[in-house]
Amino acid sequence: MLGKLDWSAIPFDQPIPLVAGGIVLVAILGVLAWVVVKGHLPYLWHEWITSVDHKRIGVMYILLASVMLLRGGSDAIMMRIQQAVAYQSQGYLPPEHYNQIFSAHGTIMIFFVAMPFVIGLMNLVVPLQLGVRDVAFPTLNSVGFWLTATGALLVNLSLVIGEFARTGWLAFPPLSGLSYSPGVGVDYYAWSLQISGVGTLVAGINLVTTVLKLRTKGMNYLRMPMFCWTTLASNLLIVSAFPILTATLAMLLLDRYLGFHFFTNEAGGNVMMFMNLIWAWGHPEVYILVLPAFGIFSEVVSTFSGKALFGYRSMVLATMAICVISFMVWLHHFFTMGAGPDVNAIFGIASMIIAIPTGVKIYNWLFTMYGGRIRFATPMLWAVGFMVTFIIGGLTGVLVAVPPADFMLHNSMFLVAHFHNVIIGGVLFGAFAGFEYWFPKAFGFRLDERWGKAAFWFTFVGFYITFMPLYIAGMLGMTRRLQHYEVAAWRPWMIVAAIGMAVLSVGVICQIMQLVVSIRNREALRDRTGDPWDGRSLEWATSSPPPVFNFAFNPDVRGEDAYWDMKAKAQQQSLEHDVPEYQDIEMPRNSPTGFVCAFFATIMGFALIWHIWWMVIVGGVGAFATFVVFAWRDHDEYVIPAAEVARIDRVNLEERRSLVSMAGAI
Amino acid sequence: MSMTATAGHAHADPHHIGVVIEHPGPASKRIVTAYGFWVFLLSDIVMFSCFFAAYAVLVHQTADGPKGSEIFEQRNVAIETVCLLLSSFTCGMASIAADVRNRFWFYLGMTVTCVLGLIFLVIEFREFADLVARGYGPSRSAFLSSFFSLVGCHGLHVSAGVLWLLTMMAQVFAKGFRADVLRRMMCFALFWHALDIIWVGVFSVVYLLGSAV
Ligand code: HEM
Ligand SMILES: [Cu+2]
Repeated sequence: MLGKLDWSAIPFDQPIPLVAGGIVLVAILGVLAWVVVKGHLPYLWHEWITSVDHKRIGVMYILLASVMLLRGGSDAIMMRIQQAVAYQSQGYLPPEHYNQIFSAHGTIMIFFVAMPFVIGLMNLVVPLQLGVRDVAFPTLNSVGFWLTATGALLVNLSLVIGEFARTGWLAFPPLSGLSYSPGVGVDYYAWSLQISGVGTLVAGINLVTTVLKLRTKGMNYLRMPMFCWTTLASNLLIVSAFPILTATLAMLLLDRYLGFHFFTNEAGGNVMMFMNLIWAWGHPEVYILVLPAFGIFSEVVSTFSGKALFGYRSMVLATMAICVISFMVWLHHFFTMGAGPDVNAIFGIASMIIAIPTGVKIYNWLFTMYGGRIRFATPMLWAVGFMVTFIIGGLTGVLVAVPPADFMLHNSMFLVAHFHNVIIGGVLFGAFAGFEYWFPKAFGFRLDERWGKAAFWFTFVGFYITFMPLYIAGMLGMTRRLQHYEVAAWRPWMIVAAIGMAVLSVGVICQIMQLVVSIRNREALRDRTGDPWDGRSLEWATSSPPPVFNFAFNPDVRGEDAYWDMKAKAQQQSLEHDVPEYQDIEMPRNSPTGFVCAFFATIMGFALIWHIWWMVIVGGVGAFATFVVFAWRDHDEYVIPAAEVARIDRVNLEERRSLVSMAGAI
Repeated sequence: MSMTATAGHAHADPHHIGVVIEHPGPASKRIVTAYGFWVFLLSDIVMFSCFFAAYAVLVHQTADGPKGSEIFEQRNVAIETVCLLLSSFTCGMASIAADVRNRFWFYLGMTVTCVLGLIFLVIEFREFADLVARGYGPSRSAFLSSFFSLVGCHGLHVSAGVLWLLTMMAQVFAKGFRADVLRRMMCFALFWHALDIIWVGVFSVVYLLGSAV
């Protein structure tokens, strides 16, 4: 009846996950109770959960990422403490628990922090920058988000029901095969990634179509803001790389569930095929994450330098070059596994070639700043901090791309330092910069600058204290994923790293404080103009927060930096342009499809993990039925009358006129 | 630099792109839907290529089990292929019927497509069942694992297609040829033709090449 599930699945003997799970459960129940008692449930349901508005969905993605950042971060703190104390002792974590922690940490950080964060920002901003009303497929967009949330939920369930994988975040066989991992840990891993992977693919298709087919009048390719270009590149990578992950995990699951022999040691299975497949997805994946961050930095640097982006076209070229080359270097992840010197040399050189377009980008940002009027607001701090940090990460990347060096450094702490260097210094800093930069657009008020700057400095310094020692430990021969060790020379570096982790945590707390303080002072921080940073692209042309329909008229774009031009022209003509007739606007109706679908996907995923076959069928039939019901709708749009559009738009225009006349007076 | 058509707003064009063709604005819903579905199909084809690649890697790993030439039956595969290719034709007829709003030919085309698809699935299922009964199931060898997954993955897609097809017929019955129903019909047709193309790959790589060795 319940498959493999019974009381032994709940780890009553392990206090840490149980207590953590208990606290989270109490917190969730508390929030739910508060929501119900305060009567917020209808609001949440109608305005958020069933919303198909790209801005709302973007915000929910970012919220999911932030919550999971705390979860993944607490795993990181536990690991750093363990390695600081586990010299010639067992430390405080049992080995099999430690293994689950580093696997969960990597999985969560890549799939449920970095991915939703960048997808959320792209969702929020790209339609606005393109001057259109929504993404290509609004309801699918909501389905994509909720499937991602399902994956995150399943990973967290593994904390209290059953166990998580002990295989690392890529679950290499044969360790992840049934004979070496008979428990449900790998199944949790694989099913949550399969389900959220579908969500990611949907988001990718949506954004590719949006950028290619839904640009406003006059928005030629070479007039798109840089962030739209990197979004395009990143999502092209998603639609071409994520199916590889799906296929690979499907093969692993077939091995585990039905006794297939793709990656087993018996009957002709081939483990190296897993390496090739998973890294053919895995290397593009890191560029899926970092390209949007590059886009954010381009926007931020040009806005806060008050200059058009230097070398726009070379930037576009570099982006697309990275998009293509990132598919040709996957083998550098297993130089040491016997492919032979020729193959290694080719892939080594291909890997280093990526440094060229990346270098082009760095120079372009520097030249954009050069001679500009630079304002060091919080987003700009993150951008500059990124440039310094990413150069170090990139250089060490080129170092490990040299096969002989990689034979020394592979699977060492040096590698751990390298990829945290690029992922934190690149992706996370980018996400934070985008968060600070676009927050006023999403919510209509700015974030507190003092707490924001404090958050930056603690994170920045904490990052260096945490990860630079890992480079050294790696050079001293320390390998990754050690539960405990006997070498005295490593110990001081582990202690320094743990201290760095503490500093970094202060940065996170500052960021939470920044939110709290800003929400409390939101009236004082209100952004009435819709353009708090003196921005250059179209998202600043509408009010903050934008109305559901984004723009009363689809803007007519005449060049790069569309909004900057409009402002310049408006100042000359003191906004005398005549307003055309307002028209009715049709918008997609809200729909619970995404949420209901994810509900059944959760049931199905959970049932698959525990081999509860009848429940699998219930989940599958439910998900299909949801789609049929959705397809049966007669009215999928509603109309906003012209008068209402006019009323909303006039308020926006008034605010803006006063802004322009003020600027004119100065 | 010549004063071309852009001279009027040359200042807004800092990189002197010159004469540019103005982008007309967002595309129509029909184009957007078809385009998005194309992107999905391409990513689906990427997934199939992984299974093709796995098959190519594992085809000789028979672990002393049977080779392809010992288990493939050319006659069955030929019938399957004919069914699928014909069904693509009838699916095309149904699409045309939908475009000219002719219910009779639409239902007829879809019904024949459905029957041909089901025949294909039955033959495939019997082939699989027969192999398993002889002890040549997917866990016999890595070769058989990859064979069952590649062909089975295609079969799964065909099954999903049949389900979708029936839903489309029901939708036309209940709602008529509404714009959104027609858009979905267009996607279904794309899907069905894509399955045909993938089958041609399966047919050549698995059955033709496999019987040769
Ligand atoms: C300058 C460009 C880069 C180069 C040349 C490079 C090179 C490499 C190489 C050779 C490895 C494998 C080392 C080994 O296993 O021994 C590696 C690992 C890794 N890289 Fe990079 N990299 C670059 C940029 C990035 C970026 C931008 C990211 C993320 C946003 C990233 C994330 C990672 C991750 C997560 C791993 C670890 C994989 C594992 O667990 O084994 N890299 N990199
Ligand atoms: Cu790589």
